[in-house]
Formats: sequence, C-alpha cells, structure tokens
Amino acid sequence: MFISSENSPPCFKDFTLVMPAVAVGNVGQLSVDLIVSTLNMSRVGYMHTDCLIPMTGNNPYATSNENAEELHTPAEVYTAAELKLAVLQIRAPIIQSKSKKFRQLLVSWIKSSGFSRAVVLSSSQAYQRDDQQMKGIPLRYLVTPSLLKDSEDALKELSWREMERVSAYPGLTDANTEPRLYVPGGGITKGLYTDSCAEDVPLAVLILFCSEGDNIPDAFTLVNHLNDWLHLLDDPSQKPNKWKIPTSWNLLFGSGIPPALF
Amino acid sequence: MATFFGEVLSVYSRAVEEDEEELDENEEDAEIRRELEEKREVHLHWSPEVSESLKSGNKLPCSEFILAVGHNAARFLSVYALTSENWDALGRASVWNERSGGVASEESTCVFYRPKDNPAVLICQVTCYLAEDQLFQWTEKVFGCLQLRQLNVTVLSESSVSEFKTADYLSSSSAPFLRSLHSAAFSGKPVCKSLEQPNIVTGLQAAVLNHCEVHRIPSVVYQCYSDVIGPDSVTMETFKPTLTKLGKSIKLDPSPSADILRKIVRTTNIQSNLYI
Repeated sequence: MFISSENSPPCFKDFTLVMPAVAVGNVGQLSVDLIVSTLNMSRVGYMHTDCLIPMTGNNPYATSNENAEELHTPAEVYTAAELKLAVLQIRAPIIQSKSKKFRQLLVSWIKSSGFSRAVVLSSSQAYQRDDQQMKGIPLRYLVTPSLLKDSEDALKELSWREMERVSAYPGLTDANTEPRLYVPGGGITKGLYTDSCAEDVPLAVLILFCSEGDNIPDAFTLVNHLNDWLHLLDDPSQKPNKWKIPTSWNLLFGSGIPPALF
Repeated sequence: MATFFGEVLSVYSRAVEEDEEELDENEEDAEIRRELEEKREVHLHWSPEVSESLKSGNKLPCSEFILAVGHNAARFLSVYALTSENWDALGRASVWNERSGGVASEESTCVFYRPKDNPAVLICQVTCYLAEDQLFQWTEKVFGCLQLRQLNVTVLSESSVSEFKTADYLSSSSAPFLRSLHSAAFSGKPVCKSLEQPNIVTGLQAAVLNHCEVHRIPSVVYQCYSDVIGPDSVTMETFKPTLTKLGKSIKLDPSPSADILRKIVRTTNIQSNLYI
C-alpha cells in the first residue's frame, strides 16, 4: 500500500515510473540508486507492505551531516517533478510466498496512480542464455501491447533488441511446443510483465544479462541504456562519469582490514 | 555454470530465489500452502480484562512502549526495570515457525508487562525467533491494539559486531557498543551515535521502526553490537546509557543487587573445545 510521506498526497498523473526488479546481481536496484542520487530526487512516500523483508537504516543518499539522519524503509517512492519522473526503489528481497501479491499490488498501484508508462529495470542469469541471446549486446527489452502503440517509433529508432523467446525443450524440434518467455534469475520480472499485458498497463522491461559479483559496472550499463531512451541526463558525453554514486555504496565488500596484518 | 576447468557448479543468487513456476500449482499444493500460512500466523493472547476492553473497541492506553528484542536487551529490562516495580503480565504473543520445533511454542518468550500504578507504560520482551514473514504481521497486530495518540516507542535490540561495517578496523576492545536510529517524528536526542551508512538494521526492530516511520509515531531504536554469541553481562550493560531516558517514564533500579544480577545473568558454561 502506498503511503505518502508528505501532508498532501503526490500527483503522479502522466509521470514515467522507473522501478527495479529484485533480480540477479541487484542490477536494477543499483541503477535506480544512481538515478535517485544523481537527479537529487525527493522522497514522496513509502510502499508499506508485508511482501518485503523489513529493513531500515539512515539516508542512503546523504550528502552532508544535516541530511544523514533520515530514516529509509524497504520500498520508497521518489519524484523529480520537472522531469515528470517517479522512481520506486526496492531495498529488500520479496518474501517468496508473497511475490504474487506483491506483483498485484504494484500493477494496481501503477494503474490507479495514472502513470503514463512504467519501466522495470531487471537482469537475468548470463549463463542461461541460448545461442541467439549470446550474440550482440547483453541488453534486451520487453514491452506490453499498450505501451507499444506509443513507443514503437522510439524503440525502432534506438534499434534495441527484444528479449528472445526460448524453446521450452532445447534441442528438441517439436512443432507443438511454443517458444516461451523465460527470465531466469529475474524475480518477479516475467510475472509483472505478463500481468501488465493482461491488465493493459503500459510497461516496458529492460533486461541485462549478467552474473553475480561486483555488479557496479552492470548498473552503469543498464542506467546508460535507459538514458538513451528517457534522456534523464542531457549530453552524456560531457563528463566522464555523470552518474553520482550514493554514500550507501561504500564498503560493499566489507569493513576495513586489521592494520596488524602488515 | 561451468568453471574454467569444466566443473559444473550450481549458481545461486543473493538477490532472488530460483524461479518457481506457479502454473503447476494444483489444488492440493494451494491447500497445503494455505494451511502453512495459517499455522505461521502470529497470535496475541491478552489477559481477560484487556481482551474485554479490546473487544469493546477500546485500545490499550499507552504513551510509552518499550520493546526489548533479544536475550541481552530482555535481561537488561528484567534487571533494571521489572525487579523494581510491581508489574502485571498483560499478555503474550505466540508464533510458530521453522525454528520453534514440532509444536506451537507455549513458552512465554514474548510477554507484555504493565506497571500496576502506571497504565500508560507497556513493556515487551521478545526472546523468540520471528521469521521474516512474521515480523510485519507481529508489528501490525501489536500496534493495532495500542492507542496511537501520544505514543512513544523505544526499542532495545542487539546484533553481532560482524554485521557492523566501518572503514576503520574494529579492534576487539571496541565491542560492544550502541548505535541509534530514529523515525522522523522522534524529537528528542538519542543517547548515542546514530547508525552510520552503509549499515542497515533488520529483524523485528526494523519492522517496528518502519511502522513508526510510515505512521509518524516517534520512535527510537538502540541497537547494541556485541562480539559475544549468547547472553552476557557486559553486552547487557551496554544499554545503560538508555536508563536516563527510560527513567522518565518508569521506575528503575539503577544499581541492582548482585543477587538479582546473579539470578538473571546465568553464565552459559559452554566450554569451547576449539583449543583442546
């Protein structure tokens, strides 16, 4: 359930929503972190639900001591009104038995808030690609019929590649088995996409094939890919690294080492 | 996934569980799932007069809710608060999950107390394991029974120092130590340093703080980071700075007698056989 953190509920009419799928390498979540911290977006509310594992901490995007002590929760919504952009960040894993409920919650929230479109940043296991998926760049997209109507030209211009359907039984040529959509390690990605197709929600999914490890470069790849479409940052060629890494990315690989080692 | 030498490894992800095809679920699976869900539900058992008043729509009047999560925090409250005043056991919460063994645990591991002469204070000690899917429910149910007006929440909790991230190396002498986190509605000054990024808090303390943040209830969590596995008196003493704050709402015994300490701090005499 969405709960506003301001006194008046925010208006999302005709906003674009960007959200991650909690997926392999947490790439979508890292990319969303980059967007929120770079665009200096302000928090407008929480997604308060029993579908996520509770966690909390201080401000992950703190820039100074003044704003460091701002509590954050497992799922929060940020906006940049001048860009007509809203971002949902999800910071905790989804409780497995409640993933269906969580998908339904998201789809009904997207529908009722009046977003013009939703973009899901997701990832999929690189080692489960088939031959055609291993060709070219490791990025794919999915788009629901209701968004395709408006974005067909833009997508054509970008010359992106759609996520290939894979055969259900690789190696067997059976005319009866239809190739199917398969996003291994993608969490709720596939379910969210099929639900959105059924509910006529304008939704796109960007998928990056990756493996788990240091996924910071993957996050930059995915967020740059998104930027090619949405133009969140102008003139990306000007600065070498235009995305701002948030303070919460410190110590991703653990604490300092004992000096006595040396 | 295959390694360089051709060895095939199964890959698991820190972010997601392997996808489950939901399409295959039949009637029987769904029923088993439903029953399991029912079994895992959190139940609150209040004393007769409390359940009576809850039934008639009157929530528990409460201006100070003090929650202790974990053995050290619970013992801290037992030693400094529960011995010094007359307390009524008001109720308890019971949960069943994968760690509670065969039968639903009837042991009183999650008990609510109220002082006899001050009905506005509620203390809860939680020493049982609550599973990830039960934390949110516990919080919703407990706060659903409380009057939210003028409610202040203080949580004492603990975690292992190995979960604390810092750029400086933590020497063994620095643990145990205390860190705080508070909701936006909290206006006081916490008695210790705020939890530094990129550290996060999970568990029941996080669920309670989330609830308070979202519903604008003033709330503060004091999290103790200890290097001792299991309850010990040094870790328990780490909560002492909170006494000045707690003392405003409840009567405390600032220097409990050795007898009381001895009774409550049972030394866990597990001999380590690591160096034999």
